[in-house]
Amino acid sequence: MSRDWLKQLQRWAPYALTPLVVIAALPVIGLGPWVTLTVAGLTMGIMLFMVASGLTLIFGLMDVLNFAHAAFVAVGAYVAVSVLQPLAGWTNEMSLALNLAALLVALIAAAVASGALGFVFERVIIRQVYGAPLRQILITIGALTVIEQLIIVIWGPQAIPLPKPAMLRGSVFIGSSSIETYRLFALCVGLAVAAAMHLFLTRTRLGLVVRAGVEDREMIQSLGYNIRRVFVGVFMAGTALAGMGGMMWGQYQAVVGSQIGDSMTILVFIILIIGGLGSVGGCFIGAILVGLTSNYVGFLAPKMALGSNILLMALILLWQPRGLFPIAEHH
Amino acid sequence: MTDAGDALLRLEGVYTNIGRYRILHGVDFVARRGRVTMLLGRNGAGKTTTLRTIMGLWKARLGKIIFDGQSIAAKETPHIARLGIAYVPENMGIFGKLTVRENMLLATERRGFAQQHLDRVLESFPALKVKWESPAGSLSGGQKQMLAIGRAIIEQRRLLLIDEPTKGLSPAMVDQLVAALLRLKREHTTILLVEQNFRVAEAVGDDVAVMDEGRIIHTGDMAALSTNHALQHRLLGLSMADSL
Repeated sequence: MSRDWLKQLQRWAPYALTPLVVIAALPVIGLGPWVTLTVAGLTMGIMLFMVASGLTLIFGLMDVLNFAHAAFVAVGAYVAVSVLQPLAGWTNEMSLALNLAALLVALIAAAVASGALGFVFERVIIRQVYGAPLRQILITIGALTVIEQLIIVIWGPQAIPLPKPAMLRGSVFIGSSSIETYRLFALCVGLAVAAAMHLFLTRTRLGLVVRAGVEDREMIQSLGYNIRRVFVGVFMAGTALAGMGGMMWGQYQAVVGSQIGDSMTILVFIILIIGGLGSVGGCFIGAILVGLTSNYVGFLAPKMALGSNILLMALILLWQPRGLFPIAEHH
Repeated sequence: MTDAGDALLRLEGVYTNIGRYRILHGVDFVARRGRVTMLLGRNGAGKTTTLRTIMGLWKARLGKIIFDGQSIAAKETPHIARLGIAYVPENMGIFGKLTVRENMLLATERRGFAQQHLDRVLESFPALKVKWESPAGSLSGGQKQMLAIGRAIIEQRRLLLIDEPTKGLSPAMVDQLVAALLRLKREHTTILLVEQNFRVAEAVGDDVAVMDEGRIIHTGDMAALSTNHALQHRLLGLSMADSL
């Protein structure tokens, strides 16, 4: 009986971790800033999820370590800059409909450009290094440098401002808490993407194949599915999501530089490890946890912000050596 | 066994390497249409490698693998599977995070479950019905094996490759599994079955091929082998004969 209880506790504890962190932060921080920081943490987490979710599937399906993922974040952000500059009339108008239309166009463009580049990247670079982790690391880090330099050639070395649309500037106030309007918007977009991804993975046959492939690549092939073809699609979708995340992140920071993705890379890998490689659900919880921890610790002890996430990862690995929701058995 | 005129699967001089090591040294045998062919042998004889080579999971370095007149040695695994060959690996290949229903669904054609086939599987393995929406990882070892075999037969297959299905199962589970295999046999399903349990091999096998050190050392009728204890002892050693 007590063993059953322990099993149940072990099963549900990873889910309880995020609510526990949120509740524990309340008395330490105080209600007003707690609301602000919680929304900021959730927003940051959801944007990190958009970038990290593709990477976790790419790794889970084919054991591909893509250190160039940050480049797709940057490409998405820069394409969004190029799309939004001529649409400045829409973004500066005090019309929510026009603002959202401009953002939608930019978001689609960022996703398409990053996804298309991802398709070429998989064909030209990744396909040559399947099953060779060391070569993957070297070639993808090299490709990251090349793409970042190409961005400088195309868009110039200076960081480019990416202002928020008129209706999404400023804050809304809930009691004594102020919440940036853009954060609420980013949270809604991120949740919509996460929901769409969840529906795709759980309600479609292709999603089922992806989930099964992450667990046992060999068996899914033995059932007649061409995992390489599935992987190309997942790679494209992963890079498209990174592009969307790049656009959202760029606008969140209001400025885009060629190394915008690099700043996310450490956090993204922490999320992958915390969540369990290959697990999209784990990636979601890991991203939210990292976003919240960064904001809470950044408020309480600003110098500890990044260190806190590394400490969080170390603690979780001591507790669950394969991450909170391990999936891929073949790693 | 020597009359290979109705062979559905034929292996001719198949050599397979794993890394630097040669595991199969020219394997020759046939699996005849509508019959259960037992692939027997001691541990490390090359039985699993043979099944994996047929499925294209490991590539044959030399030799021919002919399935229904078509050479499949150079084909990719998904292509081989789509020819109608179902594979139940030794580790069962269950997707533990997916439900029983999802595991089965993956093995169906695009249209989803055919009611007749689903009824047949659930009739053979009623435990799967009870656990239909449970994660497959929560099933017992025997239930997982039933799911693995159920998944292999949820569509009409032309050849089943099954690797040690009774390994680690309780006697009651083994009986249930044997009943299911006998049912498949009555339906004239062609099966290539690797098995260490000689009693199971006797119960379901029509033909037999015995392997040792990556080669076929004996082919013939299963019934003849099961009555010839001296031959069993010579080919398979005491461990197999002891299970009689």
